[in-house]
Amino acid sequence: MNELLISLILILVKLGLIFGVVLTMAAYLVLAERKILGRMQMRYGPNRIGPGGMIQPLCDVIKLITKEDFVPARADKWIFLFAPGLTALTALLSFAVVPFSPPMTLFGREIPMVVCDLSIGLLYLFGLSSLAVYGVVLGGWASNSKYSLLGAMRGLAQMLSYELSLGLALVPVVMTAKSFSLTEIVMAQSTWPNMLQHPLAFIIFMISITAESKRTPFDMPEAENEIVAGFHTEYSGMRFGLFFVGEYINLIVIGAMTTVFFLGGWNGPFLPPVVWFVGKILFVAFLFIWARGSMPRPRYDQLLRFGWKVLIPLALLNVVITGAIRLAMNG
Amino acid sequence: MSALLFYILGFIMLAATLLCITRRNPVHAVIYLVASFFALAIMFYLLGAPLVAAFEVIVYAGAIMVLFLFIIMMLGLAPQETPEGPGWKRWGPLVLLSSSLMICTLMLIFQDPAASKEIGAFYLAPQAVGEALFGRYALAVEVISFQLLFATIGAYMLGKPLSKGDQ
Repeated sequence: MNELLISLILILVKLGLIFGVVLTMAAYLVLAERKILGRMQMRYGPNRIGPGGMIQPLCDVIKLITKEDFVPARADKWIFLFAPGLTALTALLSFAVVPFSPPMTLFGREIPMVVCDLSIGLLYLFGLSSLAVYGVVLGGWASNSKYSLLGAMRGLAQMLSYELSLGLALVPVVMTAKSFSLTEIVMAQSTWPNMLQHPLAFIIFMISITAESKRTPFDMPEAENEIVAGFHTEYSGMRFGLFFVGEYINLIVIGAMTTVFFLGGWNGPFLPPVVWFVGKILFVAFLFIWARGSMPRPRYDQLLRFGWKVLIPLALLNVVITGAIRLAMNG
Repeated sequence: MSALLFYILGFIMLAATLLCITRRNPVHAVIYLVASFFALAIMFYLLGAPLVAAFEVIVYAGAIMVLFLFIIMMLGLAPQETPEGPGWKRWGPLVLLSSSLMICTLMLIFQDPAASKEIGAFYLAPQAVGEALFGRYALAVEVISFQLLFATIGAYMLGKPLSKGDQ
């Protein structure tokens, strides 16, 4: 009983820590994105509130909470209300399987630095990312507006298509680690990160995950100069805020996934593992912000054609080649 | 503990499926069906088959039902009006088919001596599933993948724009 209580407390502490750190990181990623984009466009970005604009996220939250929570007439009320929560929830749940550092020993107990090291960790992340489609689609459909519906349809087709190449790009990673568990995938990269072993898979993964998470340049579901704001056109107040924060939590999830699958997770010289892990996540997040500042948006049909006709065949070929090489090496 | 969870999940599954088949709005029906798939996935996990649970979520909830939603939204299906005609004409075949299926299942359960045994705790590692699929059942997997290939080619033929000679 005592043992059970201790492990329960441990899990709750880990959950609380992750919750706090991730939400704070998401809030400051918004600020970082605005400031970096500002600099890239030769302006300052938010710098009025607090030193260097550091209290801006807090003000944004207060503004979003105090705004009117508006539900359009003839909207499907319940689905409209719960869709934004679904987006934020699927993004937050992803952190349950992400390992932050190797197991630590504290008071004679070995504590794994992950909430739950599932044997199907990779598939769990994959399942959550396929459920993230529902937030977009249901939110757009329930709004009962043309622009929202168009955005939702675009989001659906795009996320469904790029999920395939995303999954295929991860097959070589699983082949190397011989496991779906994220901890074991990281352990398998203690000498060489997967990025160097599977460069093609890495490139396919990065393109697919950009499209999967609807980040610019692949943000057609909310392309503001074509369809107003896409699937979240009709949302206001904190419900829009949930979509927004979900997107930035997702950015951290992408950073964590890229780090775990391709950049070697917590492995790195000199510094403590957690520092390496968070540093790699922030670096990937910076890459995505950079891409947003410098890439034009392709057309919607171009995106889908590229996914089906280029990325998926390429990823399949990569799987076959990697499999053949592994077979030849093991005899 | 896991028996309690089993009954809770079973209740959720039955309730969600019942709600799914009685909704007039197709989008609501899809959401209830997804909820039912979720409960089923957790049940597989409780049984010690995490890989099956993951596939249940990824394939059924994450891909097939999303395609359903896509079709519903493409066609712009409105909530269905009540069709005309007496109720037994609409419900009769359905009740007949599902009750005969139910009777067959119950007969199987009561005749099979293994049905009354409690399932012991076991754990099916993802690696074991892979070895079984591509070792013992390799031929079956190949046959099924051929079937999928046929379906893909068929869909391609149906979706191909007509060339001038065919018109």
